[in-house]
Amino acid sequence: MGKNITLSFGGGMEILFNNTKEREIELPDSVVNIKDLIAYMKDELLQERPELFVLNDSVRPGIIVLINNADWEIEGGLEYELEDDDEITFISTLHGG
Amino acid sequence: MSSNTPRIKKPKKTCDICKSGKPVIKRPKTGQLVCKECFYFVFEEEIHQTIIQGNVFKENEKVAIGASGGKDSTVLAYVMNLLNKRHNYKLDLVLLSIDEGITGYRDDSLETVKRNARQYNLPLKIVSYKELYGWSMDEIVKEAGNKNNCTFCGVLRRQALDRGAVMLGAKHILTGHNADDIAETVLMNILRGDIPRLQRCTFITTGNDSMIKRSKPFKYTYEKEIVMYAHFKKLDYFSTECIYAPNAFRGNARVFLKDLEKVRSTAIMDIIYSGESYENQSNNNIPTSKVCERCGYMSSNKICKACVLLEGLNKGLPSLGIKKSKKARANPKVIKEGESKEIKVKNFQDLTKEENCKMEYVVEKSEKNNEMDIDENKKLMDSVNNMKRKLQNLD
Repeated sequence: MGKNITLSFGGGMEILFNNTKEREIELPDSVVNIKDLIAYMKDELLQERPELFVLNDSVRPGIIVLINNADWEIEGGLEYELEDDDEITFISTLHGG
Repeated sequence: MSSNTPRIKKPKKTCDICKSGKPVIKRPKTGQLVCKECFYFVFEEEIHQTIIQGNVFKENEKVAIGASGGKDSTVLAYVMNLLNKRHNYKLDLVLLSIDEGITGYRDDSLETVKRNARQYNLPLKIVSYKELYGWSMDEIVKEAGNKNNCTFCGVLRRQALDRGAVMLGAKHILTGHNADDIAETVLMNILRGDIPRLQRCTFITTGNDSMIKRSKPFKYTYEKEIVMYAHFKKLDYFSTECIYAPNAFRGNARVFLKDLEKVRSTAIMDIIYSGESYENQSNNNIPTSKVCERCGYMSSNKICKACVLLEGLNKGLPSLGIKKSKKARANPKVIKEGESKEIKVKNFQDLTKEENCKMEYVVEKSEKNNEMDIDENKKLMDSVNNMKRKLQNLD
């Protein structure tokens, strides 16, 4: 059984992912950590313009990732191992203000 | 791998400031892990310190907050409103928005600003390119094509904000420029060799000697923290890209800066510090400030850039001011009668406060409100003092 997690998007990221703010997904067993998740999202979920999401196997600089509503840098970043019911949030900082 | 696999639990991390809360952000400026409550506190109070040290405001000053509905200006409006009450700045705050006339973009973001006005109970004024210049951005793009939109829009916006402020009777505009923006500008000015701008771009307040001055309270505030603050506080902001400039935020300097930040997040502060430390010994490069002969707005040339661009549009020569003059003046488009959008742009020097300035949202002032404000101020001050005590005791 794969893990079920919630993905949420903000700051304009939602446009790249079917214009949904939030969605639940079941992960294949091969997806273990955030690095795998980003690759999986790029291949399976991304609607358009992958260069706006991924750069060198991570998110593009300027995209903030939250793991259960806390900065991913606290939780180990790319190496964080996903657990069932995790909520992962992607927010772009790159739009005007 | 199954979810039953035993995992080695790492020890729980605690907030580096209060030593008790669960950290939610790693501060890019200091590397500290900070909990939500402490994050709000340091975020707001650092902006307060920047304002106090920069001697930004006078008491009872009327101040217009440039509001686009985007993340920076939304957080700016929220935090300025909060600090004004908490620290008794006694500022008369107004939101000022520019309607460039971009269907499907600005009309939506203006709806956000209108909601913000109600949420924070701040008056809102909207001025449009159409009423000021006779042209909306949609019409300009139709005329001038897709290439130089941002030139038109940027030149016209600068003036529009100043004109709106005069109508409101405000002599001071706040913008949401953050530390990342300023570091980016420092880099660009170094690359361009633009010495006068390199000096000015790190000042917290500019235009002290002109009719309207501008300040940047977020001068030392990281973009990441602004976005996190807006996210945790669930502030209502607009984050769609402008339809005419889908790639505007992918400039080389910005990408370079974000890469630097990833390697060492203090780089942003360091670049601002470099910009601040730069001092130009000669005054050769500072253009004398003059006033445009046509519209009375500040200009380093006889005719300001906005007037040149508008002349081009009105005469069917939309590349005037963009290409070399000779090329731009060749083959003017014939303008049929009734087609001209030309209006007389009001002379900036003659503008005065409009007594019945048309507002998008007005705040009713009453005795009761005053009492509520005093009450609120007390509560806000108490919460800050509590927080300070809590942090001192723990040290």
